[in-house]
Amino acid sequence: MGWLFVGPFGIVFLAFLIAPLAYALYLSLFQKRLIGGTSFVFLDNYVKAFTDPSFLSGSWFVIRFSLVAIPLQIIVALAMALILDAVTSLFTRFSRLMIFLPYAIPTVIGAVMWGFLYSKSFGPLSDIFGLFGATPPDFLSSNLIFYGLVNVVTWQWAGYYMIILYAALQGIDPTLYEAARMDGAGKWQIALRIKIPLIAPALLLILVFSLIGTLQFFNEPQILRSLAAGTIGPDFTPNMYAYQQAFSLANFNYGSAISFALGGIVFIGVYVFLFFTRKRRSFL
Amino acid sequence: MSDRSRAGARRRPQRHLPLQVLLGFLVVYFLVPFWWVIVNSSKDAPGLFGGGNTLWFADQIDYLGNLSQLFTYDGGIYGRWILNSTLYALAGGIGATILSVMAGYGFAKYRFAARRFSFALVLGALMVPATALVIPTFIMFAELGLTNTIWAVILPSLLNPFGVYLMHVYARDAVPDEILDAARADGAGEIRTFLRIAFPLMRPAVVTVLLLSAVASWNNYFLPLAMLSDNRLFPVTVGLGLWQGIASANNAGSTSLWSLIIMGALVSVIPLVIAFFTLQRHWRGGLSLGGLR
Repeated sequence: MGWLFVGPFGIVFLAFLIAPLAYALYLSLFQKRLIGGTSFVFLDNYVKAFTDPSFLSGSWFVIRFSLVAIPLQIIVALAMALILDAVTSLFTRFSRLMIFLPYAIPTVIGAVMWGFLYSKSFGPLSDIFGLFGATPPDFLSSNLIFYGLVNVVTWQWAGYYMIILYAALQGIDPTLYEAARMDGAGKWQIALRIKIPLIAPALLLILVFSLIGTLQFFNEPQILRSLAAGTIGPDFTPNMYAYQQAFSLANFNYGSAISFALGGIVFIGVYVFLFFTRKRRSFL
Repeated sequence: MSDRSRAGARRRPQRHLPLQVLLGFLVVYFLVPFWWVIVNSSKDAPGLFGGGNTLWFADQIDYLGNLSQLFTYDGGIYGRWILNSTLYALAGGIGATILSVMAGYGFAKYRFAARRFSFALVLGALMVPATALVIPTFIMFAELGLTNTIWAVILPSLLNPFGVYLMHVYARDAVPDEILDAARADGAGEIRTFLRIAFPLMRPAVVTVLLLSAVASWNNYFLPLAMLSDNRLFPVTVGLGLWQGIASANNAGSTSLWSLIIMGALVSVIPLVIAFFTLQRHWRGGLSLGGLR
């Protein structure tokens, strides 16, 4: 009887998750050559991918980017959630809403908007830095694009993470704070020793989601690419490289191998992460 | 919530001025892009490129002119993009929600063969990067002749494992087995029990899953970018991305396109911002549901 309810989802699950994954794996084991047509090459595409400087540099970029952007977003989100949890006023309620607002904006539109702000022709950076007689930073240059993108994703996601953490903080039983105060704990101690450990499951959830999202990085660099000519290549992230191989070069076999390899990296990364944090994992 | 506010009322009122000032700076940071777009969508091309203050209005404020240009440019293609986005968000969102609600309820309230294994697969699917599916799905659809149709965008959006997970958690806790058994004892069939008894109890989470799925479809970029080549089928995300690419490629020749893109960005965020403000209770409910478990 349960299959009656699970069945329709099961069909979609098989058709749009299992089948594409299996098909991608299948495709990735073949190569199309000008002479001789398509032939079975087993793992050659993967050997090629893991020795391909484009794929390796893209993977290295998203890993580095994750290591900087994810902790930054979570620290900002956690700080904001703790402030909003501790201080209640009309202004903090307003702030909570405004900080969450970027979540309602499609990542593409967010990237377009930050592209405007970074622009030399009509962005405000030259005005602001001009006031102090300084040269404005060019976040679309190859030196600073990393930070330009870190800023875009922080703006986009910190508010969302803040809301998740805030909801978790609001769920804590306030009598715990009373007890801690009786024992002489200050505000900082309450935040560090009680609040943060109690919302650890929510923090882990955020970490996992942001890791999955960041390793697949595509929308923001793809959008800023047209503004940052020469800075962001078509192989900037593994996902962009897979897109280029499949849709610009019609090399679906290699494109599948790259996206399958990336999927494997994400899956293993998340799995390892969950394995090492399994004691605290209560959200799955 | 109510416990918290009572605890807050008991405490001495505290202003925490430094924290509020810090919060003020953060709010400014989060609002700057919106402010920039609101100000600059009022400008014409000379106002935009004339070197005036980029964070304040120019002498000419021409929202209506830019708006009418936006909706008439290239045969009114922008209006189509907004309608397409709406269609994809509604069809994908409603479809994904129906499937998630049924599956979540099924997993929570029935014991059947391979249940644990299937549910473990659904949880595993949360970790599969969605973009890894796009290339093989594209080729499968190409063989079925479905690429470059609305179905290429709608059908894959029906898959929402996170929605199933949320509904499973919610149905498990909010729908007591006793009520279901009582309904069955009264002779109600399984489907009737689901529709009349379980579904009303699950409604708060249903609204949340609907919102999350509809927003996910509205925001989608990679899938429609890969699937669609006819620009009359584009959602607004792909459309604006296209315009931005064109405008950057020939910077000098397309100054007027930039004011369309800025106005287009503003208009495209308005529906979601409205939905966001009017439905914020449901957003937060669902997010805490996901975060606390």
